[in-house]
Amino acid sequence: MAAERNATWARRLLGLDRRVIFLLVALATALPLLLPVNLPITASPRVRAAYEAVDALPRGSYVLMSLDYEPDIMAEVQPMAIAMFRQCFRKGLKPVVLTLYPAGPGLVESALRIASTAEGAVRNKDFVFLGYKSGSQAVILGMGDGLRQLFPQDYWGTPLDQIPMMKGIQGYSQFPLVVNLSGSSIADYYIRIAATRYHRPLVLGCTAVMATDYYPYLSSGQLRGLIGGMKGAAEYESLAGLFGDARRGMDAQSLVHVIVVIFVVLGNLALFATGGLKRNPLDSGGTT
Amino acid sequence: MRSGPYVVTFLTGAVLIAIFFIPHYRAQQVQATILEWADVVYAFALILGSISLWTTHQKRIKTRAPGWIFSYVTLGALLFITTAGVVQGIDEGTMVGRLYNMVNAPLASTMFALLAFFIASAAFRAFRARNTEATLLLVTAVVMMIGRVSIGEFLWKGFPPLTEWLLDVPNLAAKRGVAIGVGLGAISTALKIILGIDRSYLGRS
Repeated sequence: MAAERNATWARRLLGLDRRVIFLLVALATALPLLLPVNLPITASPRVRAAYEAVDALPRGSYVLMSLDYEPDIMAEVQPMAIAMFRQCFRKGLKPVVLTLYPAGPGLVESALRIASTAEGAVRNKDFVFLGYKSGSQAVILGMGDGLRQLFPQDYWGTPLDQIPMMKGIQGYSQFPLVVNLSGSSIADYYIRIAATRYHRPLVLGCTAVMATDYYPYLSSGQLRGLIGGMKGAAEYESLAGLFGDARRGMDAQSLVHVIVVIFVVLGNLALFATGGLKRNPLDSGGTT
Repeated sequence: MRSGPYVVTFLTGAVLIAIFFIPHYRAQQVQATILEWADVVYAFALILGSISLWTTHQKRIKTRAPGWIFSYVTLGALLFITTAGVVQGIDEGTMVGRLYNMVNAPLASTMFALLAFFIASAAFRAFRARNTEATLLLVTAVVMMIGRVSIGEFLWKGFPPLTEWLLDVPNLAAKRGVAIGVGLGAISTALKIILGIDRSYLGRS
């Protein structure tokens, strides 16, 4: 009798309307954003290495930052950009920023505006935004010594020759650090060209899905640091002493992960109770 | 003349490989120029893509295909954005800039965020411990899902080191294996094309 009751309960659970799951995920996302818990964040060695690569640069150093992403992944990567810009401005470093994505300038401009307003940095004095240039691989290669030919003026149309900060800047050799925040294979090109061919120290920030692909480059020394996904961005914010969108988002991400895990465990228990674990999964049908 | 395409392929491939290993700036300039040619090809692809988009949706409207009304939205958006971009430019404060910030950015983020809902539902229905391998995968996934977010550390201090070990040892070993395999495969395919052994790119077996 008890076994039958369990099986009925399990069958009901397995037939759970997916809209219930959607509702729970929506609540788990919205509530922590409205009522933050501020769960603890400890930086991983990879993110700490990325932070220290920037932090170790002497005041006045130039940092080449290529922000190659579009709005779809901005939740993960944009907080990294803002945190890095703010760290650079606080340390007196000079970011020279560009994007190789046509939809990138709007995001870069927004990140620069937020960071420069917060830290009191001034355009063309504390940072330069070169804008967008098509031809990803060709541009990365061309920046070896032809940065001025590729970008004769900045994003707002000021010729580089009229920007004192850009005096003498020709290519990679003037940058003791290259940073690529990317959501695509552009990261591979930077590893292949900037890090391997031109021997520039390279820090990579990417989505959580991409991050594991780049672990081998850390141990080979081609990457100095790796910031992966919103968790990596939250760790970076934590190291920089900031409380930005990534740290705010981590509470929501934590709760959603817990809900997914609970559903996976319940789903397996229910299937076990109905003896379904032994059946062919392709017979069960259903939609996601 | 039938061997012409093979000669071009061989010369282009051989020169590009050689240039990659020649650090002289002249060699780098040649490589950059050839890569710029690829940009020109992309530009033609953009024109071709726009024409294809236009004709496809025009056909859908003519034949009253299911959802044809949305084709008007697509074509209208294509025309409007192109015109606004050409007339006003694409900087901040222009129509394209405003549409980008107020429409494109939120829509793209929303589309990506929808994944969370489908992944939660799909994990509930498909993630089953049916055999040893699937159980191993499931346990690893659960450890990673909990250990890689802040709540993992809050629940048990051992979660972050455990996830670090999973990423640094089994993951790294597998990724290295895959990377070496892909690299060898790419070299072999490239050599077969350059040497004319694989001619399928010309539509021949």
